[in-house]
This record gives sequence, C-alpha cells and structure tokens, in this order.
Amino acid sequence: MITRLSAGVIALCLLSAPALAQGAKPTDPQIAHIAYTAGQLDIEAAKQALEKSKNKEVREFANDMVRDHTAVNKQALALVKKLNVKPEDNDTSRALTKQASAKRAELAKLKGTAFDKAYVDNEVAYHKTVNGALESTLIPSANNSELKSLLQTGLKLFQGHQQHAEHVAVDVK
Amino acid sequence: MHAMTPGRIAGLAICALLSAPAQAETIQVTIDKLVFAPVEVNAKVGDTVEWVNKDALAHTATATNGDWNVVTGPKQSGRVVLKKAGAVDYFCKYHPNMKGRVVVTP
Repeated sequence: MITRLSAGVIALCLLSAPALAQGAKPTDPQIAHIAYTAGQLDIEAAKQALEKSKNKEVREFANDMVRDHTAVNKQALALVKKLNVKPEDNDTSRALTKQASAKRAELAKLKGTAFDKAYVDNEVAYHKTVNGALESTLIPSANNSELKSLLQTGLKLFQGHQQHAEHVAVDVK
Repeated sequence: MHAMTPGRIAGLAICALLSAPAQAETIQVTIDKLVFAPVEVNAKVGDTVEWVNKDALAHTATATNGDWNVVTGPKQSGRVVLKKAGAVDYFCKYHPNMKGRVVVTP
C-alpha cells in the first residue's frame, strides 16, 4: 500500500513540479481538466511537427496524434457535459502546459532530422509520463464510473501512442 | 405464372444447398475500447473476416506477415477475404498495443 502510494506521489511529481498538495487526491473536475489538457498539448505538439517536419513517418504519426486526441477530447467534452461536471484548472494542468510551452520553444530552434528526433523522443517521454499519472493517480482517484472508464480507454490509447512513437523513434535515428 | 407453394420453395432451397460448394462465412471481430474481440478467430480459406469498429478512433488490422492491411474508420467496418491457410498475427498500426490473430485452415 505504501509503495503504491509513493509510486503515485512520484508520478505526480514527475508530471508537475508544483504538483497537487501531497496526499491530496485530485477531484473529478480536476481530473477531467488534466486529461483534456494532456490531449490538447499533444495536439499542439503535433501541429508544430506538421509545420516543421518533412519526414513522412513523423508527419503520419503527428496526423495520428491530432486525429486521435481530437476524437477522445470530443468524447471527454460530451461526457463532462452529460455529467454536468465543469473541468477545473489546477496546478497539475498548469505545470503540464508550462512544460509543454518550454518544450515547444526548444523544438522551434531545431530543424530537419534534429527536430524529428527531438519531437519523437519527447512524444515517447510525454506519453510515458501521462501513462504513469493515469495509472497511479488519475484513474484510482476518479469517482465517477463513466469518467474512470474513459480514462481507462485513454490509458490504452496513450500506451498505444507510446509504442507507436517508440517504433518511429527507431526509424528516425 | 406458377404459384410458389411452400413445397416448391423448400425443394428449391434443398437444390441450392446441395449444389452450392461449402458456404463461405463472414467472421466478425469487434473493436471496442482499443481491444479486438475475440482476440483469436478460426476461419477457412475463402471466408471473410470483418472488423466492426465501435470506437470513435480509426484503427487498422495489419497482418504482421504483410498479407493484408485493413483500415477501419471511426464507427465503420472493414473486411478481408482470406486467400491462404496459416496462422496470421495482426496488430493496429496506430496503436500497436492492440493485437489479434486469425487462424486459417484449408
């Protein structure tokens, strides 16, 4: 139990430096906001890749990210509307957004294969981080069963993307 | 015009059954929440496998041996006619953690 709990705390710390207060479980409105934000940030990263990359495989991957995360976030919005939950901004969402903007600025300076490699490596790392947070914190903390179920599907999706990104990373090297 | 009596219809149906070669079947695999179900299906050469995608996401059923690649859009289905015997593993190109298997007998 203690190991599970500390694994959760570690994942949240990884996700965001000024994470939620230690031991505090995120609420459903906060969880919905974090999950939605995680998807939106990946769409923005993909859009940058589509502007900058000429690599066919990287562009296909980026298109897949835009398509999948747009579809899932649409489902998420429909669910919060149905449940009458108002997504609530929070420290984790803010930290994710801040980290993603910093990464985007860093990637903006790169070109060609250097950009492709950095984008794909970051996609692997990003999906890994979100998977960790989903597994150890967000899914166990979710109260509503439909929200929990959508997060579980989200976890399978992010795990799939992580594997896909790992395959692309091998090819880009 | 002759009346189609029940006896006559039954007779025609029997003729059709006797004269047709073994009927090819369509085997359905459902895709729901990024899972192929059933994960393994058995089929014969000439049968069709149909993937029915219930997700809001696009998926593929891509044979690892390169024999076929079926793309199914969100809430759509896709199919392949099996041309040769053997066990074929497949996966989704977009989400490689989704895996399935088709075992084809002659």
